[in-house]
Amino acid sequence: MLTVDNLEKTYDSGDKALKGVSFEVSGNEIVAIIGPSGAGKSTLVRSINRLTEPTGGRVSLDDTEVTGLDKSALRDVRRDMGMIFQEFNLVERLTVMENILSGRLGYLSTWNAFRRNFPPEDIKRAREILSRVNLEGVENNRADELSGGQRQRVGIARAVIQRPKILLADEPTSALDPDTSREVMSLLTDIAHEDDIPIIINIHEVDLAVDYADRIIGLSDGEIVFNGPPDDLDQAARDEIYRGGESIADREEPSAGSSTGSDDVIAERGD
Amino acid sequence: MSNSTDSWSRFDRRERLLRFFGLLAGLVILVAAWRAMEVNYGYAVTAPRELADLFGRMYPPNVGYSREIVGPLLETINISILGTALAIVMAIPVAFLGASNTSPNKPAYLLGKFIISFTRSVNVIIWALIFVVIFGPGALAGVLAISIRSIGFTAKLIAEAIEEIDRGSVEAITAAGASPIDVLIYSIVPQIKPAFISVATLRWDINVRASTIIGFVGAGGIGVPLQTEINYFNWEAVLTILISILGLVLISEAISAYLRKKVM
Amino acid sequence: MAAESGSAVEGSWERPTVFYNKKVKYLIYGLILLFFAYSFWNLRISPSRFVRGIGAGVELVTSMLPPAYTPSQRDLLIQGIVESIVMTIVATTIGIIVSVPVAVMASNNLSPKPVYYVGRSIVAVTRSLHELIVAIIMVKAVGFGPLAGVLALAFKTIGFFAKLLAEEIEDIDRGQMEAITAAGGTPVQTYLYGVLPQVMPRIVGLSIYRLDINLRHSTVVGIVGAGGIGITLLNSFDKYDYQFSMAIIAVIVAIVMVGEGVSALARRRIQ
Repeated sequence: MLTVDNLEKTYDSGDKALKGVSFEVSGNEIVAIIGPSGAGKSTLVRSINRLTEPTGGRVSLDDTEVTGLDKSALRDVRRDMGMIFQEFNLVERLTVMENILSGRLGYLSTWNAFRRNFPPEDIKRAREILSRVNLEGVENNRADELSGGQRQRVGIARAVIQRPKILLADEPTSALDPDTSREVMSLLTDIAHEDDIPIIINIHEVDLAVDYADRIIGLSDGEIVFNGPPDDLDQAARDEIYRGGESIADREEPSAGSSTGSDDVIAERGD
Repeated sequence: MSNSTDSWSRFDRRERLLRFFGLLAGLVILVAAWRAMEVNYGYAVTAPRELADLFGRMYPPNVGYSREIVGPLLETINISILGTALAIVMAIPVAFLGASNTSPNKPAYLLGKFIISFTRSVNVIIWALIFVVIFGPGALAGVLAISIRSIGFTAKLIAEAIEEIDRGSVEAITAAGASPIDVLIYSIVPQIKPAFISVATLRWDINVRASTIIGFVGAGGIGVPLQTEINYFNWEAVLTILISILGLVLISEAISAYLRKKVM
Repeated sequence: MAAESGSAVEGSWERPTVFYNKKVKYLIYGLILLFFAYSFWNLRISPSRFVRGIGAGVELVTSMLPPAYTPSQRDLLIQGIVESIVMTIVATTIGIIVSVPVAVMASNNLSPKPVYYVGRSIVAVTRSLHELIVAIIMVKAVGFGPLAGVLALAFKTIGFFAKLLAEEIEDIDRGQMEAITAAGGTPVQTYLYGVLPQVMPRIVGLSIYRLDINLRHSTVVGIVGAGGIGITLLNSFDKYDYQFSMAIIAVIVAIVMVGEGVSALARRRIQ
């Protein structure tokens, strides 16, 4: 179970991205975080595994308090949290197999990592996951030879091979076309049910969130303004999340989440 | 425009004056420079004839002599390769210091930048002079001169490649719980590998040329017999050496270009 | 590789290599290592000599510091630097004037095949020989002094300048040339109005760049007697006057850095 308690993040620039966010995720729940760009969605997901260092509050995974761990202990707890990225974040020049196996690096000694010497069970599992994400036969291809949808499935495979206790997905569909986005979302829901792990998905397409999520968290200006099942997300709730002139433009612009030049994203990239 | 309709010029009066004085200033500097050299006009006038005369004495090349330069040529290649290899070994840490995204702190970054620009600013022959004083004449001084001179160039280009890496995959591998060394092996190294190989081969190509002259100050290679033969006025042997250097340089250039194309 | 299956290979995976297979790869690595070993052996580089050298190096560095010069040495230093700068200016000018026709000869779109090959050969020869080799020959031909240096630097300028200018000429828009020819222009007029304006910015940029390179070279050609500060440096080494050597090197480094800075700035202004 993941517990987020009163989480805060203030960037060096003074921007308050998160103003005390609290929620819990457990079981094999799929939680979608929605909200206008600049609301702090990305900061929230990235603060959970401390890719972005939160400035206040607590995150706990089961009995481990993630916030407050030293570097080495943080690495250990990160092995239990798989992450999927908007731009896939694969090592383009490495093969698909190496990219997937890189999810096991937290369990490998440096010497074995240097020799690319992964245990046979990891390789066997990598092959299983490859077929699970419908990518049989491409293990020797370089990642930059694949299409966007294929790359994201490699990204998912890399997260799954960690045997994580939870999956974090930061805008996993923003760089994909609508059909591929749906494929990726249904793949993620399948994984949640088959592996019995919860997934937190930060997403800007409300329709996708409603169709695939078990619960929706609406974030506005660094605060949770909605937390409930998709069926409860009525027009009033949507207006509450997307209030203000800017937010309407965000909804109409389908790639607002990916191409936004807001300070929020820039600050996060610079982290 | 003050021009009448039946005349046209590309520049107006002010521009023409500026261009005129610019040209004039250039010419004055040139003439002043020429005069400052205090050239003996006798020499200057006969220079073309002297050169032609020299090439006349060089031709035909001494074919039999070519057997004697095989050793020095091999030594030249060895110096260039060892020098380049050593340069790369030393340049890698410098590159990580001199790249803004991997440098541990500001003083380290400045140190990296300083090493890069200092080693680059001192010509290889000066480095060779220094190392001949330290290690005595011979190829060791040559290898070190070549390698130290190459640090700046190699480290600068590798540092640029490091600065251009995609942070995304670094982040992704970090998020999987990997250590910084794992991140280096799995994300940074694969990303800079092509730049690394092309920098290494390009520098090797440059170093082959440099290895042909460090012998002038006693640092080994084909430069040693070249200087000897020139001092003894064995011009036919000199031409043999020059042709061999030409061949060596053209071959190394072709190999280097082929390797660089291959890794792209 | 992808076709292989069964339990034996499921737990193993080999990274595809640019060489044909693993054995070839290790063979090539082995050969490279052998070559390095041979190089060490051939150059008679022994560790003991290296270690002895370290001590001598420390001694040399201490005898070099602090850099110093007597008043008469200061005059020598200034004289040498002025001579280097003067040589740079004259050599660059002569080199460029000679380079332009060579560049036209060496561009395949303006020259008939035989002329083109002559042009390319001139470029290849002038590029391949190191400036010090050219300088040492020029010294034998025209005697010690800056004239030999000027000829050497001008010779080297041709290889550099004509090659890059020829590449620029090969990229020009032929339409502009044809327009002049079609209007009844003579070949000379065609070059002046159809070619020159297109490559003029490149000529200016390359000239400034080459001025910078020639400045660097002018500080060392004196080592073989071709004028400039180099001979002063060599003499100081021969007289074991290392403090003066250090002073000269410091001045050379300063001049080279200033030249590089000015050159980079000027080229950026032009673009």
